[in-house]
Amino acid sequence: MISTETPGAAGASGPRPGAADAEKAAGRRPAGFSTLLLHLHPRAVPAEALAFPRTFGLGGIATVLFVLLAATGSLLLFGYEPSPERAYGSVRAIVDQAPFGAFLRNTHHWAANGLLLVSFLHLLRVFYAGAFHPPRRASWVVGLALLLLAVASNFTGYLLPWDQLAYWAVTIATGMLEYVPLIGGTLMRAARGGSEIGSKTLSLFFVLHVAILPILLFVLTAFHFWLVRKGGGVMVPRLEGEERRRAMVPTSPDLVVREGAAALATLAAVLLLAAVFEAPLLAQANPGMSPNPAKAPWYFMGLQELLVHLHPAFAVFVLPLLAAALLLALPFLPLGETPSGAYFHSRTGMRTARAAALAALLLTPLAVVADEAVRHAPPWLPALPTVVRTGVVPLALGCALLAALYLAVRRKWSATRWEAAQATFTFVVVAFVVLTVIGSCFRGQGMALTWPWAVAAPHGGGGTP
Amino acid sequence: MTEAPSQTRRDPPRPDRRGFLALVSKGLGMVAVAELLGVSGAYLWPRGREGDGGRGVVEAGPVGDFTPDSVTPFPQGGFYLVRLTDGGFLALSSKCSHLGCTVPWSEANRSFPCPCHASVFDMRGDVRSPPAPRALDLFAIAIEGGIVKVDTGRRVRRARFEAGQVTYL
Repeated sequence: MISTETPGAAGASGPRPGAADAEKAAGRRPAGFSTLLLHLHPRAVPAEALAFPRTFGLGGIATVLFVLLAATGSLLLFGYEPSPERAYGSVRAIVDQAPFGAFLRNTHHWAANGLLLVSFLHLLRVFYAGAFHPPRRASWVVGLALLLLAVASNFTGYLLPWDQLAYWAVTIATGMLEYVPLIGGTLMRAARGGSEIGSKTLSLFFVLHVAILPILLFVLTAFHFWLVRKGGGVMVPRLEGEERRRAMVPTSPDLVVREGAAALATLAAVLLLAAVFEAPLLAQANPGMSPNPAKAPWYFMGLQELLVHLHPAFAVFVLPLLAAALLLALPFLPLGETPSGAYFHSRTGMRTARAAALAALLLTPLAVVADEAVRHAPPWLPALPTVVRTGVVPLALGCALLAALYLAVRRKWSATRWEAAQATFTFVVVAFVVLTVIGSCFRGQGMALTWPWAVAAPHGGGGTP
Repeated sequence: MTEAPSQTRRDPPRPDRRGFLALVSKGLGMVAVAELLGVSGAYLWPRGREGDGGRGVVEAGPVGDFTPDSVTPFPQGGFYLVRLTDGGFLALSSKCSHLGCTVPWSEANRSFPCPCHASVFDMRGDVRSPPAPRALDLFAIAIEGGIVKVDTGRRVRRARFEAGQVTYL
């Protein structure tokens, strides 16, 4: 939440707990809605937990965005028609004819992208605070599931406008599934509801987007809130002396007011974005012509960038699976330290993480540019199968690099296991972010490397100049 | 440990009935869940092969319409009819074998450059530049009475170009 991780649809929860408090003070038992909200928040929270950098309000902002998405999405539903023949026209009508239609759609668009960004930052925040050890283990796992659901919601929503951007992004992203060993073809057909993107795909994505995923998100969010509260709320630094008592402040008004302020600021930011920047809507989908460049949604551009370099089975299956498994296993790994509650755990932790981030920032673009040369040269050791040359070997190199980084951090900075693992994680995250940025901003026609200002806005347009 | 209570207390040593009933109801519950999943799965499973781009047999036209060393697009059928220099025919799927983008024919470079991930295929559909893992798919061709017919329902996957794939008069 805004200042603690204790939840409660930030803005909406505003004055209620206060009202409940007043009732308690007056000797009456609070009942109804305010009682429910008091289950989300404890009556009092540690004063330290309220400091903004303790959480940056990320969980709360995500909640506000979810509520905003549900509201704008419900309104958009009144105008949308989920069939390939009418979808594009109905979205056009919302944008061009309905009063405030474009603004509504822009709000939905920016809130959706904001939700992904904020959820990702939330994950990083929790990671660097070390807030995933027991008793917070379950909230970490459920949080990962929420992130997956948020990505799935965004992706299923991507197809609905049925324009060139939607059609080809979903073609590419679902096409990636075909490279999953053994069951790839089946997976792809299941995701598309057939072997090609068509009316079946649209109805499948529509149902997932407007019913199944929101319900799952709602249920898991509630579960997440409950787990956060059970886990003791927001992580605060350990006290030195056992006997010192933490300074506590009442949830209402101290926490609630901050939550309200953050919720309003979030709302203002999204509405401002929506007023200034239009959500893209290209020409109607044309299965006969891929725009150049054709790109997946931005949050899959890291994967698409990997696809340019690596064997597909590694880019879309082995590496993502490894990453997901490691994230999931994180709270169960024997990293052998209780968290200090401070960001980056310690001075050494911060220094090593910064060094790893810098290394990734330099090495990733270098590797991309170097591979550009390798790819256009005749293949080295042509006798080697492609899987080995573009899959096994790069994976082995990558693992060796990470192992070297881990060991170097342990030796040079005499870091603990946790600090070294944190530096390694930082390297991977920064490398992935850099790949995403390169894929989104530095790839032009034919996916060739170019400067961002040379990348033409996608118009589904034609020939090479 | 487990025996102790049953000996000292009045509980007769028959955990079986309750345990058995619990086991049976759990088992039945799981059967019910499996049924539900099976029924939902069967209901949701894609039926037939609709939307495969298969528009049945497409009559491309008389043989004479296609000069040797030429590529003719058939956007509706989702293929290119290629006539090689030796007069043989190939029907190349226009779907990139990498991630399914539609590849355009570039007359200037005499190749099919994929706009999505920069794969390049040559006139015979062979991979000239990765990341595409295999050559463009083929459709079966039949030449009947001087008319070239392409069966878009029969998609042939292949690793690379081989002489046997070409259809001659």
